[in-house]
Amino acid sequence: MTDFLNDWGIALMVFLPLVGVAIMMVIPGQEEETHKLIALVATVASAVMGVLLLQNFDYDRTRELQFLVDRRWIEVINARFTVGLDGISLPLVALTLLVTPLVIVYSWNHIPEPGNAKAFLILMLVLHTGMLGTFVAQDLVLFFVFFEVVLLPMYFMIGVWGGENRLYAAIKFFLYTLFGSAFMLVAFLALYWVTGSSTFNLQDLAAEVAARDISLRTQVLIFGGMFLGFGIKVPMFPFHTWLPDAHTQAPTQGSVILAAVLLKLGTYGFVRIALPILPEAAVEWAPWIGLLAVIGIIYGALGCLAQTDMKRLIAFSSVAHMGYVMLGIATLTNFGINAAIFGMVAHGLITGMLFFIAGSVKERYHTLEIKRLGGLLVQAPHMGWILGFTSMASLGLPGLAGFWGEFPAILAAYNPAPGLSVSLFRTYMVIAAVGTVLAAAYLLWLLQRTAFGTPKEEFAHDDHIHDTVFTEWVAWVPMLVLIVVLGFIPSIVFDVTNAPATVVGDVFEALGR
Amino acid sequence: MYLNQFLILAAALFCIGVYGVLARRNGVLVLMSIELILNSVNINLVALSAMNGDVAGQVFALFVIAVAAAEVGVGLAIVLLIYRNRRSIDIAEANLLKG
Amino acid sequence: MFAAEAAETAVSWFYTHAWVIPALPAASFVLILFFGKRLPFKGAEIGITAVAAAFVLAVLTTFTWIGDVQAEIASHEEGVTTEEHGTTEGGTTEEEAPATSSEEEGLSSGEQAAPAIPAAEEEEEGAHATRGAPIVTERTWFSNGADTFRIGTLVDGQSVMLLFVVTFISLLVHVYSTDYVHGDRRYTHFFAFLSLFTAAMLYYVLSSNTLQMIMGWELVGVCSFGLIGHWWEEKANSDAALKAFFTNRVGDIGLLVGMITLYFASGNTFDVVEINSKAISGETSHTALLVASLCLMAAVMSKSGQFILHTWLPDAMAGPTPVSALIHAATMVVAGVYLIGRLYGVFWMGLSIPGSSINAMAAIGAVTTVGGGLLAFVQRDIKKVLAYSTVSQLGYMVTALGVGAYTAGMFHLFTHAFFKACLFLGAGSVSHACHHSFDMKADMGGLRKYMPKTFATFIIGSLALAGIPPLAGFWSKDEILVGTGVFPGTDGNGTYWMPFIFGMITAGLTAAYMTRTIWLTFFGEYRGHAHPHESGPRITTPLIILAFMAVVVGFLNLPEPLVSTLGLPEGWAIRFEEWVEPGGIASFPAIGHASASLPLALLASALAVLAGFLAWRYYQALYAKDPHAAEYTDGLRSRNSLAAAGYKVLDNKYYLDHLYTGIIAGATKGPIASAAYWINQNIIDGIINVAGKFSVGLGRFVYHFIDQGMVDQAVNASGQTASGSGQFLRRIQTGQIRQYATLMFGSAALLVAVFIIAI
Repeated sequence: MTDFLNDWGIALMVFLPLVGVAIMMVIPGQEEETHKLIALVATVASAVMGVLLLQNFDYDRTRELQFLVDRRWIEVINARFTVGLDGISLPLVALTLLVTPLVIVYSWNHIPEPGNAKAFLILMLVLHTGMLGTFVAQDLVLFFVFFEVVLLPMYFMIGVWGGENRLYAAIKFFLYTLFGSAFMLVAFLALYWVTGSSTFNLQDLAAEVAARDISLRTQVLIFGGMFLGFGIKVPMFPFHTWLPDAHTQAPTQGSVILAAVLLKLGTYGFVRIALPILPEAAVEWAPWIGLLAVIGIIYGALGCLAQTDMKRLIAFSSVAHMGYVMLGIATLTNFGINAAIFGMVAHGLITGMLFFIAGSVKERYHTLEIKRLGGLLVQAPHMGWILGFTSMASLGLPGLAGFWGEFPAILAAYNPAPGLSVSLFRTYMVIAAVGTVLAAAYLLWLLQRTAFGTPKEEFAHDDHIHDTVFTEWVAWVPMLVLIVVLGFIPSIVFDVTNAPATVVGDVFEALGR
Repeated sequence: MYLNQFLILAAALFCIGVYGVLARRNGVLVLMSIELILNSVNINLVALSAMNGDVAGQVFALFVIAVAAAEVGVGLAIVLLIYRNRRSIDIAEANLLKG
Repeated sequence: MFAAEAAETAVSWFYTHAWVIPALPAASFVLILFFGKRLPFKGAEIGITAVAAAFVLAVLTTFTWIGDVQAEIASHEEGVTTEEHGTTEGGTTEEEAPATSSEEEGLSSGEQAAPAIPAAEEEEEGAHATRGAPIVTERTWFSNGADTFRIGTLVDGQSVMLLFVVTFISLLVHVYSTDYVHGDRRYTHFFAFLSLFTAAMLYYVLSSNTLQMIMGWELVGVCSFGLIGHWWEEKANSDAALKAFFTNRVGDIGLLVGMITLYFASGNTFDVVEINSKAISGETSHTALLVASLCLMAAVMSKSGQFILHTWLPDAMAGPTPVSALIHAATMVVAGVYLIGRLYGVFWMGLSIPGSSINAMAAIGAVTTVGGGLLAFVQRDIKKVLAYSTVSQLGYMVTALGVGAYTAGMFHLFTHAFFKACLFLGAGSVSHACHHSFDMKADMGGLRKYMPKTFATFIIGSLALAGIPPLAGFWSKDEILVGTGVFPGTDGNGTYWMPFIFGMITAGLTAAYMTRTIWLTFFGEYRGHAHPHESGPRITTPLIILAFMAVVVGFLNLPEPLVSTLGLPEGWAIRFEEWVEPGGIASFPAIGHASASLPLALLASALAVLAGFLAWRYYQALYAKDPHAAEYTDGLRSRNSLAAAGYKVLDNKYYLDHLYTGIIAGATKGPIASAAYWINQNIIDGIINVAGKFSVGLGRFVYHFIDQGMVDQAVNASGQTASGSGQFLRRIQTGQIRQYATLMFGSAALLVAVFIIAI
């Protein structure tokens, strides 16, 4: 069993959804229920593989790559099929494995206009493979391929199943991220040539960079390329403008996956690739990343306050929340990186949840304009309370998951890695702390205007507005439970990430000395 | 024995044949003219083979005779078809190959 | 859960299992949430049972604690050094060092401005050398790098005291609520939140590290939010809830920054005991302590309603009255005071409390006492009077801690909880009788005839609040005034003139505004349109119990001179101090104790009585004229412009709300957010869109001029050449076989010619 998992576990987990796609291809599109079932089975099968992996994962060696598979792939360019799991990727893989099946369950009776469940679910499965692959890839070319595989299904999801302005949003999303990816690819190739490495393997590259005397200037430039690629995906201020459009136009399922997993590809890239491979450049870049992060925190919050559309507001809140994640990363300390990974998971759960609710509100009220909403607690009490709970989690309430992404990031900024300006980062800390107030402001304001009060006249007697239905419960309960559990037992994530984060942190510790 | 006589004969036959092909409008005559050309070739083959003491030329001549028979067969069939279609065997009227 | 080993006989089960106390209401919350609506009493029974069980445990813990402390004192008096039992299994890292305590004692008393502590006091201190050391039970929570974070409980005098208060009042409020919110739209939900609040508050009280404190702090804030906005259908209520939450969030910036500063300044630890010990031993830099204490003061200001962040507290009265009694009078609002007490070492050193004449904490507290007291005069709403009174009393507590009178502050917290809860519940009872109105001027008056029990308890509560001897408020307030160390013969930790004067003024103010409230509510003739009636037993019983407590709890901390003068048993003196205030341990500063002064007590009481009397006369005269009146028609305001201006300032609550809601929040929500969004849409996104448009334009140019104009032209040209030549050549294709033959032969001839010529 263990041997089997070691050799095939990750590959099966990643590619099982594609098997589902193959089966769905040959079944006519009219049989929607069959398609839903196959999609669910495929993702659940992938999740089962994941659970098996998680079970056999050696939690005492989280800093090492486990279930490592290293096979020939494209020999001409020395790219290899290298996948593995360690403490940094594990929480994110787990998050992905959880979210996609839930989204498919939610889709059971929420296939957005213009229908065609077959195509929609096929895209979802491809997306799933792409996301999982990105988190397990240990080879730059493989990483890049998976990173890009994700783009296309999302493009179609927004472009076909989106809102009124979907084409604009879809193209903006696609081109913007592709633009960043181009720089990223250049950076990867530059890294390959500059180091003269014989593989694209991450660890080899890191070792090569450390061993060779590569000028700081070159490193900084290469880091810059990666920064653009990952930073746009995060998205960091000022590269965030694709996000609100994409979120607003995307169908609910797309928004949830986008918020829950896709945004993490960028931050994950920083932690997995940019920081370990180019530590010296990271020290140069960190103050700027930190600056953009705190600007993002304040700016995203202010953007939220100006919104009139619920979904767009949630989208802007992502900018602010990812700012905390990036601030954690910018401190270059193990504490900050731990916080960042926790922040990614927490944001995935919480903001994913918020988008779920927004989708359900839209389904009932056919609008997300905050002005027209109100009294959700009267018409759909359970949903109203879930919205309240999730808002509380989102504003970083201690005892819920959001806190452990936010507070440790602020804490870490007090004492950044040696070599970084302490006073600068303490300023960032205070600004980030101010951001928590604004977060409370926009979320509670949203809550007040949508959930509190009495329903507006136009919806007061609308029979279509009903409380949470079965599929929604199934999709939501796991996320809600996790938000609470992680809030009280943060060690679930911290214990896993701590060791690898310390490895990254120690590099900077050593560098600063 | 002089080779020249045979060559001159062959050349004369060839020229007659070419003349017949180019000048005559009757399809059957054209075919006959082609036969002349082929036979001029045969004469050349036999003469030169005899001179060199190599039977290969005579073998080739036999081949040519066989091919000529087939060619006449196909040619006459075509002429027959042209006749059926157009009630005439004047090849000047047959311009289906016009581009 | 915690592997408490029976071998450690010295550590009581109640200390190691203190976590059960918050766990009970937490479990109750979950149960009510899932099953509450299906139960016969809609979930109330679960809440009451859980809180009652927690109360029993708290009482048992309290008695265990008192017993242990008494034993410690006794053993010290016998000169026997007992083994400290600061740690338990799964235990702590901190070390109690009794040996160093006496040195520090001398050091800090040497620093004091007061020339010398009386010898008797010194001996007293020595006798209590090590008492009340905190007992910490912890286990690992999570780790980060090399640092391990622990979660656990800390039991000491302060936490035991609050455990008792919280469970006691919560229990009474639960019982009271079964009647008060009977038939409410969200009865079950109300009890769920009460349980959650109780759990969060107890969790906060028992926190052994600052990280847990932050958690508890925020959780009580959320419960407060949920309960203030209990009737969220009306926008005013949800506005009040939001305001409370935002204001607290503003303070939380200070909390986060302060706690983070302390974390790093004390060498990567959140542990309360360690932070205090390091602060007191001087290991932590003074700058860090100063920064941390100022930041934490911001948090205290917001949570405990100190000036200028108090504005949410009166608005919070939008919540149901039991909530106001429990959360916004007795427990949650004292979380800030509790925080100061918990980290007293930090504040003591950071703000240089000993030997000074003023510091930020004392000043804020002093301003709050008077500011809140004045505002209480202009309220029509009985609950708002009490809310401002709470602000004022919280100011007292903060003042007390600011001047170094730790026990006085804690004692006032203790007594205030009872009489203020009594008053709030009394106000609730009154409004219950008057169609749920709280407007004293319009809907009340003359109620003493209709509701005698409520009237009696309200009077007792008011007297206690006003500090009339021998009720509870008198003793605690007297201690605070003594603690300022100004009055001759008291000798506190410094000479805090300003807090003393402000405190004296407030003593008068309190008596006056309470008299006003009582007159408006209970005297004269009834002005409303309801049929007032006495409330049921589930409302009056808690009132009577609280009134009883308001009478007796003051005797827990009788000053020493009084006990000896009256010839009471020696054990009666300063019991509360002995139980709550630790002595001679490394994690608590060696504070000096002021000695009580009879003249001061008389002076303060006289002031209160005088002020009360004047107010009494004022309203007596008014009601003599017209028993239905609520205010003079030709009052001072209409005659004196200065008074009118003053009234206007008070009526507008010092314009702070205008500043916060109108200017700061309005600006952030309106122009600033809009501006940021405008920048987003027009500049940042504009750049993207311009870049997009430019790319499209560039694309068009490339397409039309380069692609279509040049590249494609070349392609087209090659095609055209091909077809042109084809057109030309097709003329050869006549279809004439003879012509083809001619060409063939011609070209053959030509080739032959070429061969002949060339070869």
